Amino acid sequence: MLTVENTLKWLELFNAKIQAEKDYLSELDTPIGDGDHGNNMSRGLLAVHEALTTQSATDVPSILKTTAMMLISKVGGASGPLYGTAFLEMAKLSSTTLEVAPLLAAGLAGIQKRGHAQVGEKTLIDVWTPVIQAVEADMLDGATIETAVMATKDMQATKGRASYVGERSIGHIDPGAASSGYLFTTMLMAGVVS
Amino acid sequence: MKKIMNDPSQIVTEMVQGLVRSYPDQLKQIPGTEAVIKIADLKQRPQVGIVSGGGSGHEPTHAGFVGDGMLTAAVCGQVFTSPTPDQIYEAIQAADAGRGVFLIIKNYSGDVMNFEMAKDMAAMDNIDVRSIVVDDDIAVENSTYTQGRRGVAGTIFVHKILGAYARQGADIEAIEALAQQVTPNIKTIGVALSGATVPEVGQPGFELAPDEIEYGVGIHGEPGYRREKLQDSRHLAVELVNKLKKAHHMTAGEHFAVIVNGLGATPLMEQYVFMNDVLDLLAAENVEVDFTKVGNYMTSLDMAGVSLTIMKLIEPGWLAKLEEPVTTIAW
Ligand SMILES: Nc1ncnc2c1ncn2[C@@H]1O[C@H](COP(=O)(O)OP(=O)(O)OP(=O)(O)O)[C@@H](O)[C@H]1O
Ligand SMILES: [Mg+2]
Repeated sequence: MLTVENTLKWLELFNAKIQAEKDYLSELDTPIGDGDHGNNMSRGLLAVHEALTTQSATDVPSILKTTAMMLISKVGGASGPLYGTAFLEMAKLSSTTLEVAPLLAAGLAGIQKRGHAQVGEKTLIDVWTPVIQAVEADMLDGATIETAVMATKDMQATKGRASYVGERSIGHIDPGAASSGYLFTTMLMAGVVS
Repeated sequence: MKKIMNDPSQIVTEMVQGLVRSYPDQLKQIPGTEAVIKIADLKQRPQVGIVSGGGSGHEPTHAGFVGDGMLTAAVCGQVFTSPTPDQIYEAIQAADAGRGVFLIIKNYSGDVMNFEMAKDMAAMDNIDVRSIVVDDDIAVENSTYTQGRRGVAGTIFVHKILGAYARQGADIEAIEALAQQVTPNIKTIGVALSGATVPEVGQPGFELAPDEIEYGVGIHGEPGYRREKLQDSRHLAVELVNKLKKAHHMTAGEHFAVIVNGLGATPLMEQYVFMNDVLDLLAAENVEVDFTKVGNYMTSLDMAGVSLTIMKLIEPGWLAKLEEPVTTIAW
């Protein structure tokens, strides 16, 4: 269940992980995209960090909403609207429930509404989907996340910038899947699911 | 990398400032954004606002096409990165004179999503916002296996024709219908002689051997469909014209408008030589070329090469709209 404390901790850990892996994420985006995913995410999470440390949010919906607005206005590219919409949908639902599974499912629905991608198209959806299934079954662990991220390696991209390289996208991990992997490993570390 | 710049992370901000300070009678910056809007008083002669934008690095696109008779406002994103929804939203608000705002979006996943979010935001303000996604680059197969065709230099024909009708007083329904009619008739394909260097990256996005070219490269350096040894201009023209001929199902007697667009580092002299060859080939097809333009309109930073846009003029009125004078920096 989300609380003010564990949500703030989660986002802080996520920010730290993104900053640490910024170059790696951009490297993943180089052969199959335009090499900016790490920079895009780093710029956005830095803004999230600054906003959350300056405003003292006292409820989960406003933390999630601030996060969404910062991602929407700072990230740009494809990942800005996708992560931004996900957090915005979670923010909306969090005034009704603080259970993790339905919140993440609302986030995923937002990603799909915005990007029109399905499972198997080598995007961050290929991490969100199995993660949500595992949370619902109360079985999420690091290995599940890792497996989902690695599975994007053998897929061919049919959405986003990576689709332009066609078959040549096979053999590379999807950068958005990797950053979503960090979102969920840090969620575990923050003790949001238990 | 040799570039005239200061801090590469500030390059877009400084470019926009330089632009509006150079043309203070034509453009102004929308406060708090990297979007520019025309100076003319929008309330005086209310028309449908026409807004475009996208990543920077394609100058004079899009800000250079802001002005009376073309775009109302343009939003400049980071280099090769879509602008964010809040900036697009500000531009929509500023361009709205009460008759709605029409967005011209190039078909990239980032652009489409950010513009759609801005559209949702503006809808909450009761601004009637509609849009068209331009996908003129025929190098990419329009299949379910890709994002679809990309938007490239042919987009400026959409700016020009919609801008002209909007100035004349067309309402947003008419502009929308026109956009849907015009866009499928515009097709573009390019050839690159060298890659582009993004300032913050410092290395060219791709490398070509000194004697090598690549057909079908995108304006952000997206891979094309074939590499081969550089041959003379006539040979390049045959390749590009043939592709466009097929895409248009070109038949004798039809009417067309043509743009030879420099990608950034190719001199105008070479662009004129290339246009000369293109016009020979089109003459041999017995089609009418009613309108031509040569120059750097949608560049890819310092990429060398050209793109060729051919638009089928299926409505007689379109030619007059292309020919109408405008007060922009770059048309
Ligand atoms: N339609 C989509 N649906 C879901 N995820 C997508 C979609 N398009 C792209 N992505 C995800 O976004 C990631 C790329 O994000 P990035 O920040 O690099 O933006 P970008 O594609 O470079 O944007 P732009 O084209 O504007 O530069 C991909 O790895 C993929 O996971
Ligand atoms: Mg990218």
